[in-house]
Amino acid sequence: MSTPLRDTLSEPSIYLPTAATIADVRAVGKREKVFTFELPKGLSLAHQPGQFVELSILGVGEAPISISSSPSRSNGTFELCVRKAGDLTGVLHTLKAGDTVGVRGPFGRGFPIERFRGKDMLFAPGGLGLAPLRSLINQVLDERGNFGRVIIAYGARDPGELLFKDELERWAERSDVELHLTVDRGDETWSGPVGVITTLFPKIEVHARNTVAVTVGPPVMYRFVLMELLGKGLSEGNIWLSLERRMKCGVGKCGHCQINHLYACQSGPSFSYAEIKHLGEAL
Amino acid sequence: MSFKVIPKAALPDWIEQMRRSQRVVGPKPLHGQHVFGEIHGAAEIDLDYPTTVIPPKKYLFPQQEDLLTYKLDGSAPSVVQDAEPTVVLGLHTCDLHALHLLDRVFEKTHVDQPYMARRAKTTLVSIECLRPCMSHSFCKSMGTLSVTDGFDLHLTDLGDDYGVDVGTPKGAALLDGLKGVREATGDDRQRVNRIMTEKWPRFPLRLEFDVTELPSLLSVSYDSKLWDELGERCLACAMCTNVCPTCYCFNVADEVELTLTAGKRYRVWDSCQLDKFATVADGHNFRAKRGARQRHRFFRKGKYQTDAFGLLGCVGCGRCAQACLVDITPVDTWNELHRPATEGTKEAAA
Repeated sequence: MSTPLRDTLSEPSIYLPTAATIADVRAVGKREKVFTFELPKGLSLAHQPGQFVELSILGVGEAPISISSSPSRSNGTFELCVRKAGDLTGVLHTLKAGDTVGVRGPFGRGFPIERFRGKDMLFAPGGLGLAPLRSLINQVLDERGNFGRVIIAYGARDPGELLFKDELERWAERSDVELHLTVDRGDETWSGPVGVITTLFPKIEVHARNTVAVTVGPPVMYRFVLMELLGKGLSEGNIWLSLERRMKCGVGKCGHCQINHLYACQSGPSFSYAEIKHLGEAL
Repeated sequence: MSFKVIPKAALPDWIEQMRRSQRVVGPKPLHGQHVFGEIHGAAEIDLDYPTTVIPPKKYLFPQQEDLLTYKLDGSAPSVVQDAEPTVVLGLHTCDLHALHLLDRVFEKTHVDQPYMARRAKTTLVSIECLRPCMSHSFCKSMGTLSVTDGFDLHLTDLGDDYGVDVGTPKGAALLDGLKGVREATGDDRQRVNRIMTEKWPRFPLRLEFDVTELPSLLSVSYDSKLWDELGERCLACAMCTNVCPTCYCFNVADEVELTLTAGKRYRVWDSCQLDKFATVADGHNFRAKRGARQRHRFFRKGKYQTDAFGLLGCVGCGRCAQACLVDITPVDTWNELHRPATEGTKEAAA
């Protein structure tokens, strides 16, 4: 039995990261790489889909990154899909297999998959939102028999920004996955639909009372996707989303991720729409 | 526990005695104001002080605090453990109430070792305020004008003596072997009672409603136009949160030595009033407007902290009001929110 990493957090400091070694790096988009990490022997991340870790590089800093691999495929490792955006992610993108970083976590509340079993699943990732949602999607696919339909409606800015193309191809080939892709702007390589993610929804028929939708994407996307999902008759408690905030500490102290009275790093980042719709600062 | 009396003349001996085993910090004058600083002898301390610029929380949650140190050679970082035994001598009851809240914040869910390590090595000697410290304070309205627990020792100025309420064995130990200290008599207790009775009317009630109504008042004030008005005036300078005894938001950053061989990770006070506080990686700012940031601050002080920890997030010290260049104050803000609600009720009743 391996020890969950979170059990090592308490001493001597919640701010002390554990060394994780990069086992593999691969590019999955123009600006995105997937890093596979190994923890020291005897430790496992033991996360839930939707949780995040604090990734740190000594001398550079620390940032919250959602976990992209599913618990069902951990094999003692975990994956983070990281877009090169700032100082920390810029340095991370220069690292190679064998290099080490620090991790703390996993933090936050993941998606309550036990409440999703038996339902039709509608996943609606936008852009980089596929990175965290991939954890849940693969978990669902690895226990496929426990779920009804699996529908994935994925939108990206352009064909080059569609992440995890190899996995998208595998999902497209499966008869038990309904994959819909769209891009805001097409190019010569693209023969699929062009338009924002919400243009996919009219093509998708759902059994509203038995469907759970999970959407992860940029803040601006949520309002429009929510309108579509509510318009299809999904209940507010069956629409789940992940709220991105600047979680500096991950442990409910530093204040940066607060959404009204809630700390995203403690109560979230996964929330049902019913839980956050009355919060002025949520969307 | 017990009630004792120390003659004021014994203060120099007492400070010297405490300093043999630990650092003593207390209020002392500086450039016309008072600050908490190290006390090397009784001549430096001024226990009859109005208030301090920065509250004594800085000894438990320093403005900047190293969390980790490391070498950049691939070795594991070390946790910084630099808490030193400290007596905080002469903190006012508002600041003591603030530490009750911070204790809960840093203990809850994930224990914050840097804070708790300092807390365990700190002895709190509070002192009763007998006169209002400044026009901005409103401790009586917030219920922090006195204190019944949470101190190790609590002093009351009896003229030539201090009455000493002993709260904990740790506090009692500070008095061990001190010459002149004696058990309080019935007369001493009567002196304290008289002083407490006389002090109460000197302090004004400045909120126009009972403070127990504050969380519910805020819960119906989220969409008030007042927040936009405050946002128009606010300079987003963050002085209010810098001087607040209950604010504890922080940022975490790394700093590398010029040799590029070693560095440290530290935390530093941050502020929800600063522009980029709620900005995420892609640049989206979830509290871009100053009015929204002021609202967040006042909701934390008057409602969110109460919901989460059972204590108000404001202790009425008045420092934020004193520090604000554009006169944004908790008293005015909360009274203003209360007024239209009261008028509305009257109209509805009529």
